[in-house]
Amino acid sequence: MSNIQELQRKLNYDKTFDCVQCGYCLPACPTYETMEKETHSPRGRINMVKMVAEGKADLEDLQEPIDKCLGCMACTTVCPTGVEYGAILEGAKETLEDNQQKSKPQQKAEDFLFGTFFPSSSWMNRLGNAAWLYQATGLQKAAQALKLTTVAPLHLDKFEKVLPKQPSPNERKNRPQRVFPDGPSTAKVAFFTGCVMDSTFYRINEQTIELLRLAGAEVILPEAQTCCGALHAHSGKTKKSRELAMENIKAFEQEDVDFIVNNAGGCGARLVEYDHLFESGSDWHARAKAFTNKVKDISEVLVELDGLEFTKSVNRVITYQPSCHMTNVQKVVAPPRQLMDQVPGLQLKELNNPDFCCGSAGIYNIVNYEDSMDILDRKMEDVTTVQPEAIVTTNPGCLLQMKIGIEREKAGKHMEAVHLVELLMEAAPTSKEKTTSIKR
Amino acid sequence: MEKWKEALTTFIPKQQIFTELADRYSYSFDGSFGEFLPDAVVQVKTKGEVIHLLKVANRYRVPVTPRGQGTCLSGGPLPVKGGIVLDMSQWPATIEVIPDDLIAVVSPSVLTAEINKAAEEHGLMYPPDPSSAHVSTIGGNLAENSGGPRGLKYGVTKDYVIGLELVTPEGEVINTGGRTIKNVTGYDLTKIIVGSEGTLGVITRATLKLVPKPLAVQTLMAVFNDVEQAGKAISKTLTSGIVPSKMEFMDQACTIAVENYKPSGLPVDAAAVLIIELDGHPSAIQEEAEAIEHIMVELGAVNIKVPKDEEEAANIWHARKQVSPAIAKIKPTKVSEDATVPRSKIPAMIERLEEIKEKYQVELVVFGHIGDGNLHPNILCDKRDNEEMERVELAVGEIFQAAIDLGGTLSGEHGIGTMKAPFMEQELGEVGLEMTKRMKDSWDPNGIMNPNKIFPEKGQKLVLRNE
Repeated sequence: MSNIQELQRKLNYDKTFDCVQCGYCLPACPTYETMEKETHSPRGRINMVKMVAEGKADLEDLQEPIDKCLGCMACTTVCPTGVEYGAILEGAKETLEDNQQKSKPQQKAEDFLFGTFFPSSSWMNRLGNAAWLYQATGLQKAAQALKLTTVAPLHLDKFEKVLPKQPSPNERKNRPQRVFPDGPSTAKVAFFTGCVMDSTFYRINEQTIELLRLAGAEVILPEAQTCCGALHAHSGKTKKSRELAMENIKAFEQEDVDFIVNNAGGCGARLVEYDHLFESGSDWHARAKAFTNKVKDISEVLVELDGLEFTKSVNRVITYQPSCHMTNVQKVVAPPRQLMDQVPGLQLKELNNPDFCCGSAGIYNIVNYEDSMDILDRKMEDVTTVQPEAIVTTNPGCLLQMKIGIEREKAGKHMEAVHLVELLMEAAPTSKEKTTSIKR
Repeated sequence: MEKWKEALTTFIPKQQIFTELADRYSYSFDGSFGEFLPDAVVQVKTKGEVIHLLKVANRYRVPVTPRGQGTCLSGGPLPVKGGIVLDMSQWPATIEVIPDDLIAVVSPSVLTAEINKAAEEHGLMYPPDPSSAHVSTIGGNLAENSGGPRGLKYGVTKDYVIGLELVTPEGEVINTGGRTIKNVTGYDLTKIIVGSEGTLGVITRATLKLVPKPLAVQTLMAVFNDVEQAGKAISKTLTSGIVPSKMEFMDQACTIAVENYKPSGLPVDAAAVLIIELDGHPSAIQEEAEAIEHIMVELGAVNIKVPKDEEEAANIWHARKQVSPAIAKIKPTKVSEDATVPRSKIPAMIERLEEIKEKYQVELVVFGHIGDGNLHPNILCDKRDNEEMERVELAVGEIFQAAIDLGGTLSGEHGIGTMKAPFMEQELGEVGLEMTKRMKDSWDPNGIMNPNKIFPEKGQKLVLRNE
């Protein structure tokens, strides 16, 4: 890049001045905690972006600090001056991606994941089958066949172990695109299925649709929907991420719905920020705004519809690992806890530090496996003091990571990781009116 | 590799020594101004490592700048002369509370707020409460002699330190003070070290004094249409036998900024808002609260708010906390000062600040711990605008002059560092500064410890511009 002004624009140099370097973000940052240096803190990263933008350091000096950021955004929640860290981080990632200065193993790993395994626009239909196939043959074997393990230590076997059993391709094909509640419908919602959720956690998606239906909603699954683009954006593939956003906006405009519901904290965080991808005042910005206004997490919608009654006691001690993106980007904090509170018999014991990331962070745990495990081990130390029978999460990445954590602690006999939706289904939910009529 | 770097590695693990550019830049700044690239960053985790490092640095004449979490507002951890940034933050944190002696023995890396938390488990309190207490280390607080809102009743960090372990610039270990409240043996080396900003050695352990935790607190908010009246109300309160734990002030510019940033129910048309906190026995503070209410009304308060519960009180303090971020929205660069005057001179100081604001046409707002005369005049500016920064430099110089003229001091709680060093002679006098310098030179004969702090170089001036 020859033009320093162009570099400063791409790196969001102006936004770095919002940081007054007070350091209040340090205690909130998981990588500062585990990597033990300022270079891997939000304040250090913002400063490095500034140094590169001022020509005092090279882009390659910025590579590692940016690669090692989880993007959990915990810093933005505690920042007293409202620094737009997300924009600074994405600007840095995009600049680095454009300059292709990634360390070789990480580049290879990402190429593999994005090229063969993770989302592309035509991927939603295929991936279900792909995931099924991967499980059948073994992820590690697939990676080995591609001679990837020799250049990038992917540790895919660790993930393979904790993946749930997949439904057959046929089962997927027969899923209805629209379901109605038994009684009169109180809302019309569109369900955003998500890639990882719909492939790896297909059954949780089924349960999500059922919960919405029981709560009184008509649920549609727009066929043309695609990946949310979060993983692309986190890897600096901004252009691709914007394309995916446009496809989704189009897909969800087809029918007038009250809410666009998702059950993956990371996807939801991307969906609610679609408007940031387009220039203010443009047509696409207006369309994105109309879209984001309707985006809600499943927990928010269930609380708002208030149409469920839980008929079975779940006599378990659980703890809750909130999704960082749900807390720090979507700002959804209370609804999951309100729902758990409604489940009879359930005892929620909070972690000492629930807002500390679990280390999953999109594909961070695949491309930065060791660093991710350091963070996970801190999380599991906290979990161990609480001694729950289940860890409840609200995002597929966190769910997988917590399963790996349980595996690492060899605690599988007395502890499991579940999605909030699975937990709610365990409590035998019924539609509210129905139950009251039975009581009568 | 330079010889001194090689010499470090004979005792300090390599993974604790950083020389990559990204790491060096990450320790080149603090919460104040300027950026200075060190040659290396070294994390120490034991006393032995500190001893080794200082012996090496002293032998090779390498500057050493100790650093906690880099929240300093006066430039203490800036490696102005390069050399080594000594990162103390990764030292294992230990707090030992000894309730029978009302003391705590802590390691230098402990976060200040954690000390108070540990003390509270025993019904005790560690009073110094800088607003960064949840981030800053006690080592940094000791070096800078930090204060906080509770300074009005409880004083600053130095009032709670009774013993220190220090590694001298030549790599020797000394223990000062002890574990007793009374101790008049010899020179009070403890108090010389506290506030010495890392120029006399490296603190490796501290013994702190604790006090019983007050049983209750009560907040009040008083609104004035005239700043002078507010000043008089403060004086009257403090001479009526009541010592509130906190007495905070916000001028109109601050309340407007807060209401624009995060509406918190502050009166934007008032000239001054006072927020007062009383602590002590519940029945005592109830009487005191009533007495203060009378004083405030008598001296012209147009509105008084006495929160009915903790939540209402928390809302008032939340509004106060919003001042710093809110004013940062006025302009991106914040020059935050902590000049302090005798309490009776508060109205005069506020008047001087108003004149300075007019004279240099700067965005100057005033808030702070008014009960102890420790105001925080803040100038909001843009460091990319050289012409503006020149005016800011002149305005800051006059703020210091005003404080000294009124019998006050350059710093109430942030420390001197680099920015205030050029003004030291004005406050201490030529001989006063020279005697301080002699002390420094005898402790640190080769001048390796945190050079260019506290003491100005010949002809040094305040510079806030990028050259």
